Amino acid sequence: MCLAVPGKVIDIQGDDPLLRSARVSFAGVIKQVSLTCAPEAKVGDYVLVHVGLAISVVDELEAEETFNYLRQMGDLDGLEPIAGEKP
Amino acid sequence: MKYVDEYRDADLVHKLAAAIRRLATRPWTIMEICGGQTHAIVKFGLDELLPETITLVHGPGCPVCVTSAELIDQAVELAMMSEVIVCSFGDMLRVPGNTVDLLTAKARGGDVRIVYSPLDAVTIAQENPAKQVVFFAVGFETTAPANAMSVLRAEHAGAGNFSILTSHVLVPPAMRAILGAADNRVQGFLAAGHVCTIMGTGEYGPIAREFDAPIIITGFEPVDILEGIHLCVKQLEEGRAEVENAYARAVRGEGNPHARRIVEQVFEVTDRDWRGIGMIPDSGLSVRPAYAAYDANQRFTLTHGDSNGSSECISGEIMRGVKKPHDCPAFGIRCQPEHPLGAPMVSSEGACAAYYRYRSRAY
Repeated sequence: MCLAVPGKVIDIQGDDPLLRSARVSFAGVIKQVSLTCAPEAKVGDYVLVHVGLAISVVDELEAEETFNYLRQMGDLDGLEPIAGEKP
Repeated sequence: MKYVDEYRDADLVHKLAAAIRRLATRPWTIMEICGGQTHAIVKFGLDELLPETITLVHGPGCPVCVTSAELIDQAVELAMMSEVIVCSFGDMLRVPGNTVDLLTAKARGGDVRIVYSPLDAVTIAQENPAKQVVFFAVGFETTAPANAMSVLRAEHAGAGNFSILTSHVLVPPAMRAILGAADNRVQGFLAAGHVCTIMGTGEYGPIAREFDAPIIITGFEPVDILEGIHLCVKQLEEGRAEVENAYARAVRGEGNPHARRIVEQVFEVTDRDWRGIGMIPDSGLSVRPAYAAYDANQRFTLTHGDSNGSSECISGEIMRGVKKPHDCPAFGIRCQPEHPLGAPMVSSEGACAAYYRYRSRAY
């Protein structure tokens, strides 16, 4: 139920905050999505969509930072999967 | 798909699992709150990558599972009224009430329609002005903004024939109820990422401190979940109990102020009876008096009854982390997705459905 899927904003329609919406592409599948709760979303942004509502703009910098952190985590460096496991 | 594929990277998954194995020196029990996380864990076999000392138990974060049988009976009652169209998320249709489910009501001639969004139900109301359209508004904090918006959109469109049958539930009071129970064995939480996208992280600090339990805000893909477990085990091993955000790409500290404002405008906090778990004070949302015209419980006279459904179903113990699905004698025998005794076997977020779908050969 709390599933939310990231998709890319293609274009934006409307001015009324309650009715403003965007066409959002989910790997090519296009859906109309309300922007009432994510008014800051711009064309090209990725938004998290839950039951027809954008609930957040995905923060690209934070996403990158997480990956950098994971890659640089001290205890991951040089750590190989346990022998016999598929990598 | 961006922001999905890279979080399923097998190499990173195995390295994170190895890091957790290195870190864990004692047995720990961690609960993932959200049923979406449960399904990812069981589907991708993430629990099998962990050392035997780490036990994952599955939380109550499945709105379909905790919606009381009484409310399903009321939805069925509405569906059998000739002037009513009941709109619902698809998951709710096969959940048994005290007598029948919504799918049976549909088979008996009730007008029951599956919608993707509550906003679609408002459109159906606009297209059917001679009918009453009721949306079965279940969900946690994540879904509350969309359900609140359906009321605001109906008001804006003058769709006076639209109302919602509300069964909203809130996560933090349930976490307190789980940690405070005499038979609790949960020592740390993976908090539900999208609930925090809406509400922020502020509610969790007092819980972490009061119950000495680390709480990690966690996403839904394999890398997200293992990162959450890694941070949780690290805190447990170091004797810390703090709130950490492992889902910063989608969760800001203050949550989503626009969404919170809409929820606050339409709903107010109320006590809620959780199926299988019981009454939890201040753990639900109901429609504010100002919007009573859109509250199905105000518009119709509905029958009140028992909240729990089948007495054989042990969903309450499963959702508090005390038991696992295969501990239930009915699992896979008298209780299957086609003929469920309880909601966790039908919901796409139910723990029993996850074990039945992905683990049935193992038991």
